[in-house]
Amino acid sequence: MKKPVVELKLPILPNMELIATQTAEVVARHMDLSEEQSGEISMALIEACINAFEHSKTENNVFIHFLIEEDSLIVKVIDQGIGFDKTKVEIPKIENKIGKNERKRGWGLQLIQELMDSVEFESNGEGTTVTMKKNIKN
Amino acid sequence: MNGFIKSTKEINQIVIIETDGYLNNDGGLAISTICYEKIDMGQTKFLINMAGTKVVNSIGVSILIEIIEKLQEVDGKIGYYNLAPIVSKTFNIMGLTKYSSVFETEDEAVNGL
Repeated sequence: MKKPVVELKLPILPNMELIATQTAEVVARHMDLSEEQSGEISMALIEACINAFEHSKTENNVFIHFLIEEDSLIVKVIDQGIGFDKTKVEIPKIENKIGKNERKRGWGLQLIQELMDSVEFESNGEGTTVTMKKNIKN
Repeated sequence: MNGFIKSTKEINQIVIIETDGYLNNDGGLAISTICYEKIDMGQTKFLINMAGTKVVNSIGVSILIEIIEKLQEVDGKIGYYNLAPIVSKTFNIMGLTKYSSVFETEDEAVNGL
């Protein structure tokens, strides 16, 4: 049987990430995920959407695919922007930000990686796909 | 008062800000505007009641880090209570709990800050 997929197309407008979280909540309820897991997916999705909106340097839409698997939920956030080099993204530490002349932002990737069970990034000059997986706990 | 700031009050010289809705850049700026005004007036202790804020993003939370930094200059403190579990987890991951306090209730927060 074909696995169910929920697809969203979001324009780059303020707070559109909240539409993605509302959909994520419905999918999480359908999959009978815990409140904790649902919250983690929504938070990771917010950060992935914001990265796509802010850093892709494009006005194209952002696409979100929810792939409902038997033992996991896979969420793909796809933009058609200029891409990025993950190896150049520094892991943020609050100790390096407080009391120093450092920008306080830059937490998105760290949060996504902490909140999801696995994360993959594919990026080139034509866009970025972030693939985030949350395993279903028994 | 904008839509995100539901109320402000003062108990035992602690400024308590109650929020409602998404803590994004605008929400963070709304909190920081109040905090900076109150700091200029000599206040150094702040609590944020986040019962109405179930969703945050890292940009909004980063503005709380700016407030923590500002409060360090005046030997001040900030704490939060009524946090949704995912908000609490986000604060932990970002390290806010190393420099500010999370409480369960208003009583605990007012007595513990």
